[in-house]
Amino acid sequence: MSTFDWVIQLIYVLAASCFVLGLHLMNTPATARRGNQVSAAGMITAVAATLAIVVHGNLISVTGWIVMITGALVGSAAGLYSARTVQMTAMPQLVSMFNAVGGGAAALVGVHDYMNAGARVSATTSVTTLLDVIIGAVTFSGSLIAAGKLQGLITSAPVTFPGARIVNLLLAAVALGLGAFVIASPSVGLLLIIIVAALAFGVSMVMPIGGADMPVVISLLNAFTGTAVAMAGFVIGNWALIIAGALVGASGGILTKLMADAMNRSIRNIIVGGFGTGDAAAALAGGPGGDVKSIEADDAAIQLAYASKVIIVPGYGLAAAQAQHEVAALAEELESHGVEVSYAIHPVAGRMPGHMNVLLAEANVPYPQLREMDEINPEFARADVALVIGANDVTNPAARRPGTAISGMPILDVDQAKSIIVIKRSMGHGYAGIDNELYVDPKTNMYFADAKKALTELTAAIKTLVG
Amino acid sequence: MNSYPALLVDVTIFVLALWVGFEVISKVPATLHTPLMSAANSIHGIVLAGAILIAVTAHNAVGYVIAFLAAAFAAANVVGGYVVTGRMLKMFRRRPTLPATSAAPAVGAAAAHPSVNGDGPAA
Repeated sequence: MSTFDWVIQLIYVLAASCFVLGLHLMNTPATARRGNQVSAAGMITAVAATLAIVVHGNLISVTGWIVMITGALVGSAAGLYSARTVQMTAMPQLVSMFNAVGGGAAALVGVHDYMNAGARVSATTSVTTLLDVIIGAVTFSGSLIAAGKLQGLITSAPVTFPGARIVNLLLAAVALGLGAFVIASPSVGLLLIIIVAALAFGVSMVMPIGGADMPVVISLLNAFTGTAVAMAGFVIGNWALIIAGALVGASGGILTKLMADAMNRSIRNIIVGGFGTGDAAAALAGGPGGDVKSIEADDAAIQLAYASKVIIVPGYGLAAAQAQHEVAALAEELESHGVEVSYAIHPVAGRMPGHMNVLLAEANVPYPQLREMDEINPEFARADVALVIGANDVTNPAARRPGTAISGMPILDVDQAKSIIVIKRSMGHGYAGIDNELYVDPKTNMYFADAKKALTELTAAIKTLVG
Repeated sequence: MNSYPALLVDVTIFVLALWVGFEVISKVPATLHTPLMSAANSIHGIVLAGAILIAVTAHNAVGYVIAFLAAAFAAANVVGGYVVTGRMLKMFRRRPTLPATSAAPAVGAAAAHPSVNGDGPAA
């Protein structure tokens, strides 16, 4: 190994350390920004070291330079533009797109390497190349479909057809079976068929998954991307790629598990599709019946303004109505009357892990008010009012009993609060398709309105009535 | 070191990095899960290094197309990922931002009055 190689390897180790340190600094909001900067510095170092390899060996043709630089410029411009302009509500789509391009690039690295090596490729390299190409291609097409669903370009309802599962299995079998064959007898033509099968599998894997499962799907595809990048690292023998890919794979894996747990579903169950299908158990379990009481803005406003502790429970409905600024305004108005306000955030509030926190942070809500489920649950008993906005299943006390579609799902203990106000457009069901027992609780008042409109009315009512 | 096959070394690094990842990431609070995922996204933009290296070995039209696409994808991933993560993290504040320069701790009820909603830099 020459001195130059030594230096380059050490620089890669430095870059990898920056990635780990950057992720480590994300353990509190106060240091997270620095974490991102440290990670970016590591990235710049790693890319610079890679360019140094190319320049040092004088390896690249003029055409190669032009192709690489134009490609990078086009990509950077697209990335920069989308990152600058994206709405915070559209973050899940953007993250999906980045998963797609990351997985796509990893797959292309594998394909290119394979084509170059041709028949000379060794069996061990073949295995990692195939894993790289297959996982990368699945991630690419799957993430594009996920982004399309999130953006509303493709229906967010589960799309299935009879025999869909068999088609899925067939595609997987083709990709893996041919993959095994290709290891024994290398062939670029077969590799192309494998890529097509993998791309098709990505589509057919994500199409049957419903909109509400998106937090899990995005996390899973994130883990896939990381793995694909690590495999690309195996292919070209680059440790920086292996380490970075493994870190992302771990991150995606953890988030997938957390999301699936928070939705009370197994990952297999989500991929296979269909929530609560044929689940008549909900009716049989027999929740407490009762009348639904409704409330008007003025009464709700007074109840809120004279409370000493209010916990706001924002759900997907709040994000869908884009009412994060209105809820922040209401909270601020309440605080000006000396009310202690905090937000109870369920892990799956929003459309990707932690999404609701970002939406509220954007609306200037200070992060110490954003409380995680386990942390805030014991506090509901001390809350005078719990204000539920567009959250449904995650507040349903039925989850504590066995025999319902959501049994065992971790919920926010909203029913422990002294009184409850629920802002909701109608008595419609949540994703699980069952009645929410919280709504018939004698302590609960329903305020039927669109979240945005309701919150504006409440804030106005407090200003007029309480001053 | 040279006595071990490259693949074995690579697998060792991969597995250890996975464990480090699990260890570090399980400490990230749920509040930051979206920025975390976005940060992880930027990190897998390291595939740009791979894209650069394949531009070296490209020698025909197909190779150049692949190298171009890989470079474009990876660059979008890196640049977009870091920029959007930074943008998100900038919004996480300990206290509501007050307009202009009223940085002095507000006295008593005065703290309540400035209506800052929508005036912040994030708007």
